[in-house]
Amino acid sequence: MPAQTSVNDGEIAKFQAMADEWWDEEGKFKPLHMLNPTRLDYITRQIAAEFGRDLTAELPFAGLRILDIGCGGGLLSEPMARLGATVVGADAAERNLPVARLHAEQSGLTIDYRHTTAEAMAADGEQFDAVLNMEVVEHVEDPASFLTTCHDLLKPGGLMVCSTLNRNPKSFLFAIIGAEHIMRWLPVGTHEHSKFITPDELFELLRGAGMDPVDRTGFKFNFARWDWSLDARDLGVNYVTASVKPA
Amino acid sequence: MENHTDIAIVGGGLNGPILGLALASAGFSVTILDALPVEAQAQPDFDGRSYAIALGSQNLLRAVELWDGLAADAQPINDIVVADGRAGLGASPHHVHFDHREMEEGPFGAMIEDRHLRAALIAAVADNPRITMRAPARVVAQETGAQGAVLTLQDGEELRCKLIVGCDGRRSGTAQRAGIRRMETDYGQTSLVCALEHDLPHDGIAHQMFFAEGPLAILPLRGNRVSIVWTESRDRAEAIQAMGDAEYLAALAPRFGDFLGEIRLTGARYAYPLGLSLAEHWTARRVVLVGDAAHGIHPLAGQGLNLGLRDVAALAEVLADSKRRGEDWTRGPVLQRYAQWRRFDTAGLALATDGLNRLFSNDNPLLRGLRDLGLGAVNAAGPVRRTFMREAAGLGGDLPRLMRGRPL
Repeated sequence: MPAQTSVNDGEIAKFQAMADEWWDEEGKFKPLHMLNPTRLDYITRQIAAEFGRDLTAELPFAGLRILDIGCGGGLLSEPMARLGATVVGADAAERNLPVARLHAEQSGLTIDYRHTTAEAMAADGEQFDAVLNMEVVEHVEDPASFLTTCHDLLKPGGLMVCSTLNRNPKSFLFAIIGAEHIMRWLPVGTHEHSKFITPDELFELLRGAGMDPVDRTGFKFNFARWDWSLDARDLGVNYVTASVKPA
Repeated sequence: MENHTDIAIVGGGLNGPILGLALASAGFSVTILDALPVEAQAQPDFDGRSYAIALGSQNLLRAVELWDGLAADAQPINDIVVADGRAGLGASPHHVHFDHREMEEGPFGAMIEDRHLRAALIAAVADNPRITMRAPARVVAQETGAQGAVLTLQDGEELRCKLIVGCDGRRSGTAQRAGIRRMETDYGQTSLVCALEHDLPHDGIAHQMFFAEGPLAILPLRGNRVSIVWTESRDRAEAIQAMGDAEYLAALAPRFGDFLGEIRLTGARYAYPLGLSLAEHWTARRVVLVGDAAHGIHPLAGQGLNLGLRDVAALAEVLADSKRRGEDWTRGPVLQRYAQWRRFDTAGLALATDGLNRLFSNDNPLLRGLRDLGLGAVNAAGPVRRTFMREAAGLGGDLPRLMRGRPL
């Protein structure tokens, strides 16, 4: 693992505390942990379908190169690596990277975590079989240009999984009022409702970026079960798309 | 350090091997440990023990490729008759008749003899390249840590694994070693279990009769044979169990009635003290409990094994799903998904069978009137009856995929 030996003990203790925080299912990132199995169900099934992999096999993603944009503590990167993929985790927030590296090492996984941006990687000519672009597009300045960059990061025939938040009164109620102000799942100000994107707009943006959208599905929160699930008919708040770069 | 196996299952009875087969089909490597040698379990003669396998459990056995080999020896349960009994008078005219023709799935389930089920399990486990059977092997210590778990066997050998599953019954050593406490309730009753031969055909009808002292279940086996679960107060049951065969049958006659003609004992007689034994937690670090190790319940209506098999199907599904997502499936939150799923179902059934038993094990004439009214009402109302029937067939509630006849 690169660039890990230069940090001192005090720094390691701090990173350990942050790693513990990232990976504490009851802690600060609880909402992400609750959503994670459902996100992973979608991602793994889409990748398996696109590349003809059997998820019950040992290391089903062996030979696939996957980019996790905005990898944070590695909540998606680690499962991809565990399934056998060669994973690059990219995050623009420098402080996340030693945290993610430390946790991957403790999990016995090899993941190439980099402090970089999608734009910089595209400029270097990097290409991947799959790009995970989860809950990022609603935070960027120019979604059209960002998605074009993601397109450039894919090999021909490559798959992008992109999730975001719908823009409508319901998503304002749930994602802003509910998640930030009432439940305090997210810090107030995490999201700007005006930057949310409707599924039709996202499909248009993806097409404009040269992608072929192939699927869209809702992440639905069930209040009775207090749990997330995939729901192809309810894209009202959180939703996810799959699109393919033409070969 | 390399692990010897992904999952160590402690307890090689019924739940353990069936769980092992389900997990192996999802790609896990499994080691099953039992304190008794395998030969001690494989008895070719009929010993009087048998199980009511609900439809959902049948689906699970089919999914792990056991059912086809068992079907020829299974007796389908076509109808279930539930009645309030009066000592010496047989069943009351107020009863509920559950007819499988009212339910699209067909018969409620089937009766399987212990010898057939065990022989099929032993063969399937021996044939499976992902399963290692270690018996006799007694676990004397277990240690769990961030990197894995270690079981120490009596001969000093150590077995390293990622997860320990306790299928070791109500006195689960796995639970004890993990520091999990139990809550025990004694019902002061004992169930007498045996098999009978009889002259008249049983037509695949199961009977459940409720008497003040406890219920009597009559369950059809292949041929002119039935298995009975006969519950009495502890003192009386112990006295009956001590009797010779002729006296035993004479004590049973007033309960049993003569609807099957003359009855004779076949196989051994068993006595099981009744009680509820619930583990305080279903999981600990790298430890999961299944079946009686988590919840030993009153065996009314033969739901014990079926409930254990629901645990098996749920745990296999949770672990298989988690592995396919690339999660670290040994982590507490993953194991908690299983515990949360199963805890509700089990608490519900434990309370329901407990309540049913208390209501029926009572000779208060007022309660008896209410019971007869209630049974009559259930019998009259089609939708209510069908709900009970689906529940009895093990098709109610939030069922794991394997119990709905779907692949893992």
